[in-house]
Amino acid sequence: MKIDQIQKITQAEILCGHEMQEEIKSACGADLMSDVLAFSKENGMLITGLVNPQVIRTAEMMDFKAILFVRGKQPSKEMVEMAAEKSISLLTTQLTMYFACGHLYAEGLGADA
Amino acid sequence: MNLHYVILKDDFMRAGEASSNLKKKLKQLGISSGVIQKVAIAMYEAEMNMVIHANGGVIDIDIEPQRIYIKLEDTGPGIPDIDLAMREGYSTASDQVRDLGFGAGMGLPNMKKNADMLRIASEVGKGTTVEIEVML
Repeated sequence: MKIDQIQKITQAEILCGHEMQEEIKSACGADLMSDVLAFSKENGMLITGLVNPQVIRTAEMMDFKAILFVRGKQPSKEMVEMAAEKSISLLTTQLTMYFACGHLYAEGLGADA
Repeated sequence: MNLHYVILKDDFMRAGEASSNLKKKLKQLGISSGVIQKVAIAMYEAEMNMVIHANGGVIDIDIEPQRIYIKLEDTGPGIPDIDLAMREGYSTASDQVRDLGFGAGMGLPNMKKNADMLRIASEVGKGTTVEIEVML
């Protein structure tokens, strides 16, 4: 699923966008970064309600192309800059974690692990 | 190639920068993405541990033809029971650390899973040395 489709499905706001046509093969919904590091695969996207610089770092370590923040969470300017520098797209949706994951899964975005 | 990093205590904004830098270097060297990811995860968890639990420390890395060797040394409080610390779910992290998405007791098991060799030597009150080796 392409990043711009993910944006449409979750009615997300794009905070910083890179290669919106990039294909996302799997997603991982978690607020626990150690779990993301333990269970995720490449070419993925992180869906999280956690907002701090370590979220961007974790995505970087996992080679994730995008992060979708749920429950309308807004990352700081520093976080957006950090993500832009690492070519990671940031999106934020008003949906809760449960609904964001549910909609994306129903539309065909495969689960992780 | 040798790399050296100094990690500062409680610097949660910059925590992970050394891992990020190493990852970039390995990419430039044309090392396979599977190996890079193993190194990145093990090193990042170790670096976070250094920021969280120790008083910061130093990281030395040797990139050799057959392996990547990472040595992390700190002068922190040490680990009283390494076997217990290795157990999934065991953690002594503060609420502040848990708020960052860490401290769930997955760090050391994660490091072990991704490293081809993990050695931890620790003395209470003196500090901890962690060695990680990933074969190329």
